[in-house]
Amino acid sequence: MNWFTHENLALIFAGLTAFAVLLYAILDGYDLGVGITLPMHNEEWRDTAIASIGPFWDANETWLVLAVGLLLVAFPSAHSAILKALYLPVAVLLIGLILRGVAFDFRAKVKAHQKIRWDWCFKMGSILAAFSQGFMLGIYIMGLEYTSVSLLFACFSGVCVVAAYALIGNNWLIMKTSNALQLFAIRRSKQAGTITFGGILAVCLVNPLVNTNVYEIWSTPPFASLFAAIPLVCFAMFVLGYQVLKRLPLEDDKGAWLPFVMTIVIFCMCFFGLAVSFYPFVVPNQITLYDAASARDSLMIMFVGSVFVIPVITAYTFVAYYAFRGKADNLRYY
Amino acid sequence: MDVLLLSRIQFAANISFHILFPTITIALGWLLFYFKVRYDFSKHPVWMRAYRFWVKVFALTFALGVVSGITMSFQFGTNWPGFMETIGNIAGPLLAYEILTAFFLEATLLGIMLFGFHKVPGWLHTSATFLVAFGTTMSAFWILVLNSWMQTPVGFEMREGVAHATDWFAIIFNPSFPYRFSHTLMSSALTVCFLVAGISSYRIWRGDDKKAPILTMKTALFSAALLAPLQAFVGDLHGLNTLEHQPAKVAAMEGAWETNNGAPLILFGIPDEEARTNHYAIEIPKLASLILTHDLNGELKGVNDFESHPPVAPVFFSFRVMVGVGLLMIAIAWWCSLTLKRKGRLSNLQLKALMAMTFSGWVATLAGWYVTEIGRQPYLVHGVLKTADAVTTIASENVAITLAAYLTIYAVLLVAYIKTLFGLAKKAVDVEEYDLTLPGLPERKATYTGKEAKA
Repeated sequence: MNWFTHENLALIFAGLTAFAVLLYAILDGYDLGVGITLPMHNEEWRDTAIASIGPFWDANETWLVLAVGLLLVAFPSAHSAILKALYLPVAVLLIGLILRGVAFDFRAKVKAHQKIRWDWCFKMGSILAAFSQGFMLGIYIMGLEYTSVSLLFACFSGVCVVAAYALIGNNWLIMKTSNALQLFAIRRSKQAGTITFGGILAVCLVNPLVNTNVYEIWSTPPFASLFAAIPLVCFAMFVLGYQVLKRLPLEDDKGAWLPFVMTIVIFCMCFFGLAVSFYPFVVPNQITLYDAASARDSLMIMFVGSVFVIPVITAYTFVAYYAFRGKADNLRYY
Repeated sequence: MDVLLLSRIQFAANISFHILFPTITIALGWLLFYFKVRYDFSKHPVWMRAYRFWVKVFALTFALGVVSGITMSFQFGTNWPGFMETIGNIAGPLLAYEILTAFFLEATLLGIMLFGFHKVPGWLHTSATFLVAFGTTMSAFWILVLNSWMQTPVGFEMREGVAHATDWFAIIFNPSFPYRFSHTLMSSALTVCFLVAGISSYRIWRGDDKKAPILTMKTALFSAALLAPLQAFVGDLHGLNTLEHQPAKVAAMEGAWETNNGAPLILFGIPDEEARTNHYAIEIPKLASLILTHDLNGELKGVNDFESHPPVAPVFFSFRVMVGVGLLMIAIAWWCSLTLKRKGRLSNLQLKALMAMTFSGWVATLAGWYVTEIGRQPYLVHGVLKTADAVTTIASENVAITLAAYLTIYAVLLVAYIKTLFGLAKKAVDVEEYDLTLPGLPERKATYTGKEAKA
C-alpha cells in the first residue's frame, strides 16, 4: 500500500486526466472534423458523412465529460481556477456542442425542407466548438491571461484546432467512405493538413518564448535530446501523410486508413509535447498538480474503481468499433 | 442583479432543462428493452415497429440529455467553486463513478442500439438495449446518491472546513436515498407512460389504424394505472422521511407558519413571507397533522420556529402542482384503462385528454424537484454549506450573458423537440404497413379505433 502515496496518486490522476483529454481530442476531434468539413452542396454526401460518425459521437463526447469530471474531482482547485478564467469561451464551446449534438438527431427526423437548417446548425456548431477549444488552449498556453497578444494568439490557436480537427475528420471520411465523397475528403485533407502544419510550427516557437520554464525543459539535457524526437516524429508524419494523400485512392482501397492513423500519431505527439512542457503545473505557472489534488482517500477510492471499470469501457468500445467496421455508405438508422 | 442570484437562476435553468430528458430516457430505455424482448420471443413485427418508432424518440431525447448534461459538469467549477472545495472529497468519487459506470456504458452501446440492428447478432442488439437502460438507471442511482446526501448528509467528518468521508456505505445509503431514488424512478416511469399514451393517442386520433400505437397505448395506460397510485404511496413515505430529517422543508410545503398541535391541511392559499401568514387559505382542520404524524393532534413545527427556513411560497405552490398533477394522473389512467379494457377502444374525449397529458410527467417532475431543491435552501448541503458561501467570484455581467444565451437556446430546443415528437408521430401515421404479420402468426382483428369498428 505504501506505493500509493498522495503524490503518486496525484500523478496517476493527472495521467488519467491527460489521457482523457487526448482521447477526447482524437475521438471527438474526428466527429467534429466531419462537421467542420460537411459538404453543404451535396445532400447525399452529408447523409453518408454523418452516418459514418452516427454510432460513435455520443461516446466520444463522454470523454470530455470524463476529462472535465476528473479535473473536477481530482483537482478541484485547478478545475475552478481554469474554468473561471475560461468562463466565456467555455460557454461558447457548450453552445457549439449543444447545437451540433441536437442537430445530429433533428436533421434525421424533421421535414425534408427543414433538414438543411439543422445541417448548417451541425456545421456551425462543430466549427464553434472546435474554435473555442483552440481558443482555450491558446489562452492556457499564454498563462490564462487576457492581453491583446494572448487574445491574438488564442484566435490563431482556435483556427489551428479547427484545421486539425478538419484534418482528422477528413481522414476519417477517407477511411469510412468511397468514390466521390472520398475524393472530396482527400482534397480537403490536404488543405487542412497544410494549415495544421503551420499552426503546430507556430506553437512550437511561441510556447518556449512565453513560458520560461517551458524553455528550460526543452533546452536542458538529457531530456532535451529525447524530447527533440517529438517534433521530429510529428513533422515526419506530415511529410509522409502528404505523400500518401497524393497517391490515394489505391486499388482495393488499400491504405485508406493510413492518413487517419498518422493524424492520431500527430495528435499524440503534440499532446505529449504540451504535457511535458507544463509538468508539474496544472494551472500554468500557478498551481502544481500536487497542490491541487484532493484528499488521498478520495483519490484512492476512485483509483480502485478506475482499475476495474476502464478495461471494461475499453472492451465495449472495441465491440462498438468492431460492429461498425468498414465503409459507412449503407449504414441504416433505426 | 448579483452573481449569487444569477448563478442560481442559471443553474436552475440548466438543471430544469436537463432533467426533462433523463427523466424520459431512464424509463423509455426499459420500455424499449421490453419491446425488444417481446419481439425476440414472438417475432411478431408489431413489437419491432413499436421499438423502431420509440427508439427514434429515445435517440433524440438522449442527445438532448447528453448535451445539456455536459453543461452541468462545467458549471460546478465555474459557478459553484465552494461546492467542490467543501465537499469535493465526497461528491468527487460519486460523480466519477457515475461517469465511469453509467455514462460510457449508455453512450457507447447506444450506437449499437440505434444503428446495429442489421449489423450485429440479435442477442447483442438486445443486450445493448438492456445495457443502455441499465446505464441510464445507474446514472440515476449515482446522481441521486449525491443529491440525497446533500439533503441528509451522514458518514463524514469536517476537518478544517472540508468534509472527509468516514463511512462510504452510510454516504451511499444515506437516510433519504431509498425514498428519493424510488420516487424519482417511478416519476420517470409515469412521465414515459403519459408521453407514450399521449403520442399514441395523437396517432390514433389522426386516423392511424395500425396495431403498434394501440399496443403501446395499452402498455403505457395499464402501467400508469398501476404505478400512479403506488407513486402517491411512495411519495407519502418520502414526505415522512423529510419530516424526520428536514422538518423546515415540510413546514414550507404545508405553509405552516406557526407550530400547531392539530395542524390543518391547506388546500390552497397565498403564502405571504412579509406578513408570515397565508391569504385566502382553504383548509381542512387537523388533516396535515393526521397525515404527517398519524395523530389528529400531532405537533407540526412551523417555519417561524426554525433558525433558517426555505422561501415558503415557491415550495408551497410547487408541492400543490406536483400533487395536483399526480392525482390527475391517477384519475385519467384509471378512467382510460377501464374503458380500454372493457371496450377495446377509447372515445375521442379520452384521446384528447391523453394528448393534453402528454407532458404532464414533466410538470410533476419539475414541480417535485423544486419542492425538494428549493426546500433545501438556504443550504446547498443541509446543515453543512450554505448556497451563498459556495458561489463564484466571476463578474455578474458574464453570468448574465451566458444565462441569456442558455435560456434562448433552451427555449428554441424545447419547441423543436416537442414539434419533432409530434412530427414523427404524424409521419408514422402516413407510413404504409407492409408486413403486418409473419406466416404462422394468428392475426387478431384490430377493433380498437372508431374507423375499424365501422368497417
